[in-house]
Amino acid sequence: MAIIERPVGDALAFQDAPVTATSSYGYFRRPVETTGWRSWAFTVDHKKIGIMYGAVAMVFFIVGGIEASLIRLQLAQPDGTILSADKYNQMFTMHATTMVFLFVMPMAAAFANYFIPLQIGARDVAFPRLNALSLWLFVAGGLFLNTSWILGGGADGGWFMYAPNSDVPFSPSNGVDFWALGLQITGIASLVGAINLITTVLNMRAPGMSLMRMPVFTWMAMVTQFLLLFAMPVITVALFLLMFQRSYDATFFSVAEGADPLLWQHLFWIFGHPEVYIIVLPAFGIVSEVLPVFSKKPLFGYPFVVFSGAAIGFVGWGVWAHHMFASGLGPVSVAVFSVATMAIAVPTGVKIVNWTLTMWGGKLRFTTAMLFAMGLIVEFTIGGLSGVTHAVAPSDTQQTDTYYIVAHFHYVIFGGGVLGLFAGFYYWWPKIFGRALNENWGKWNFWMMIVGMNLAFGPMHIIGLQGQPRRMYVWTENRAGEGFFNLGFWNLVSTIGTFILAVGVLLFLINVWVSRKNPPAPLDPWDARTLEWLTASPPKDHNFDRIPTVHSIDEVFHRKYEDVGENGEHDYVQRATLEDLLAEEERLGEKHIHLPAPSYWPLVLAFALPIMAYGVIYTTWLILAGAAIAVAAMFGWALEPADAEPSDFDPPVDGDETSKELANV
Amino acid sequence: MSDVVKETVKDAIEIVKDHDKDVHEHDVHAGDHNGGHDGEHGAHHTSMGLSNTKLAMWLFLGSECLLFGGLISTYMLYRNRQGTGPGPDQLWDIPFTSASSFVLLMSSLTMVLAVSAANRKDDRNTKLWLTVTATLGGLFVAGQIYEFTTFYREGLGYTESLFGSSFYTLTGFHGVHVSIGIVMLLATMGMLATGKISGDKAETIEMVGLYWHFVDVVWIIIFTLVYLIPA
Repeated sequence: MAIIERPVGDALAFQDAPVTATSSYGYFRRPVETTGWRSWAFTVDHKKIGIMYGAVAMVFFIVGGIEASLIRLQLAQPDGTILSADKYNQMFTMHATTMVFLFVMPMAAAFANYFIPLQIGARDVAFPRLNALSLWLFVAGGLFLNTSWILGGGADGGWFMYAPNSDVPFSPSNGVDFWALGLQITGIASLVGAINLITTVLNMRAPGMSLMRMPVFTWMAMVTQFLLLFAMPVITVALFLLMFQRSYDATFFSVAEGADPLLWQHLFWIFGHPEVYIIVLPAFGIVSEVLPVFSKKPLFGYPFVVFSGAAIGFVGWGVWAHHMFASGLGPVSVAVFSVATMAIAVPTGVKIVNWTLTMWGGKLRFTTAMLFAMGLIVEFTIGGLSGVTHAVAPSDTQQTDTYYIVAHFHYVIFGGGVLGLFAGFYYWWPKIFGRALNENWGKWNFWMMIVGMNLAFGPMHIIGLQGQPRRMYVWTENRAGEGFFNLGFWNLVSTIGTFILAVGVLLFLINVWVSRKNPPAPLDPWDARTLEWLTASPPKDHNFDRIPTVHSIDEVFHRKYEDVGENGEHDYVQRATLEDLLAEEERLGEKHIHLPAPSYWPLVLAFALPIMAYGVIYTTWLILAGAAIAVAAMFGWALEPADAEPSDFDPPVDGDETSKELANV
Repeated sequence: MSDVVKETVKDAIEIVKDHDKDVHEHDVHAGDHNGGHDGEHGAHHTSMGLSNTKLAMWLFLGSECLLFGGLISTYMLYRNRQGTGPGPDQLWDIPFTSASSFVLLMSSLTMVLAVSAANRKDDRNTKLWLTVTATLGGLFVAGQIYEFTTFYREGLGYTESLFGSSFYTLTGFHGVHVSIGIVMLLATMGMLATGKISGDKAETIEMVGLYWHFVDVVWIIIFTLVYLIPA
């Protein structure tokens, strides 16, 4: 390949007139609204995008929760009559799809979007408009996916959508088409976001911010984005094959023609296993931020935490077939993947040990964020242990497709991913909105969620080992065990637990509502350690008055405290408060900070894709219409002037006329 | 103090000053497309020393490898499952496909010429070579369309067999990539002619080049695995 390296700093412009475009197509100037809905819809600011990501993901969390509640209602008693078999299939499929693709991943993306630039000392992400495109593609894909409920029913093949079971003869409704196309759209969103955020982390770091000084959340988020970068294309291929199979009569999964049903399973799980680390690694990152702050100690063994995260990222690519132990791979494959799966417990264990030792001997403060982080350590460990029992192939063949595996992955995904995200909510709420969430409601929120999740998912271990299968819409009394192992009792407990959990989530929403009028939080509510706190709360549009120069891990902590210990002992004495530091930044801050201008095109391009997707399902001319809009949007994007003319987005500079001129650069 | 020492100290002070400047005078622009250059500051200072656009393009191509990996794996699994339909030995016309592969490989050469002309700030030759590259790419796609219609006439429909479905999907995806590349080349050419490329023009052309070479390399792999090995 021709890679021509030019020295950086060599401005290589052609010797012709500068670009003079002021609009796309001579009509669309870049939007300039700084208030109202337009300032959100067309924004390219990573903070607004992060907030919108989180808000939309929260809506989908509620949708997925309602689906889960219906599933548990159906299973509360033998021979449940709440849902028909068909509706039940749709319900568990859409519950999993919504929770995985429309809640946990975007919520992690919300935190990544919001905090990566703040934690590495950047003004924004590398490609602000692509960032907006990621958000709107996720919104478009999620809405498209959920319109299937009113257009003939949701997908009904399980979230893994095993072909040929998901082919037309077995899944005649349009649900699976909606599923495949909707995930294709959200997949593009993830891929674009991954490219954008990796570029941001690698390229936009403040001076002195070496990779081994980065906050752990940024590290874990970057590993996550790498996993997305390489996993998404694989599911893309699988989804295309499924789409061609169902819509254009291809033969990939036609067993009568000699197709191999394992093809889908391999393609899906090569994506699907990295996917579970995509879900949980950001939560690990959040916990690694929260624990040191509330233990008043640096993270124990920072390099180990970072490299174990990277190791999870690597090894996660070599374990996908443990999802297929029961599909007849043969003893050699099963043995290899069994060993690899046990091996991945090691870096995960390293993290657990490091977190525990971070708390060891620290001055613990049991705030809600800390409780959620500690909850994650406990619940994720429980889930990890049942995971090891699945890695043992002989026992897995007994447990597979029973409620035992359902218990396992709810402990790791809810007890890992979701609790970590909630720790993030409570920890960073004052940073994002300038007001802290109410701690009393927060404590209730935490305990209801913990009690609820253990009551909901714990009994599933028992009913699973009793042999109640997954994905069955009813269970019957005559399968029930005796005494302690009574299916009826434990199913009822699980349903009650689900509703306690739902109340816990509701308490969070109530907390958000009652906290909206809280007095502004102090600038440094938790005595924080990392760079995102070196700016006002909520952060200014340009993030930092002055791009910080970084000298150490836990930069902000070391700016606030001086080490006066002797003979290798540490003894930190406060020399400045965060208020002092921020006043200093304000005083030395730069003038003429120029921010990227908003744009219409990401929104237009994103919503062209669902139009094409409806076209695939219903009528071909819609594909062409959607493609025309998409192409027009891409050219509008490319031809758009690089900057808005009036620079309403730049911080005003008092009595300074040059800022207006600079804005026209 | 001797003069030498004085000079050395002066140099050291200069170096420290320069370093401070580097640390404090970073580019205050958050990047946008083309790494957010606006010509005024020249290239954007990045942590890796590689521009945002270039890094992002490499990452994108990395993910594309996995996309083609999945498609090629699917084809390799199904290449001998032709059912009652025709198979490679009845269909392949190796001389013809070799000729069109040669055309595509030559387009990589012309792409290199376009990039080097852009680096020399030679506007006229840049546009010329971009056009030639797009034309050669168009020839390749035309050859593929001709090949597909021939295969179809000889009885290999898309739904004919597993071999048919996976062959058309794999080569079709590659053809679509080439077509997108042609659109990119022509659009770049047009924007260059009308002065609408903002930022570092040579780099923009280099990015299109990276994509083009990648698609070319993928074709070499596909040509080897799909056409040459069965023959």
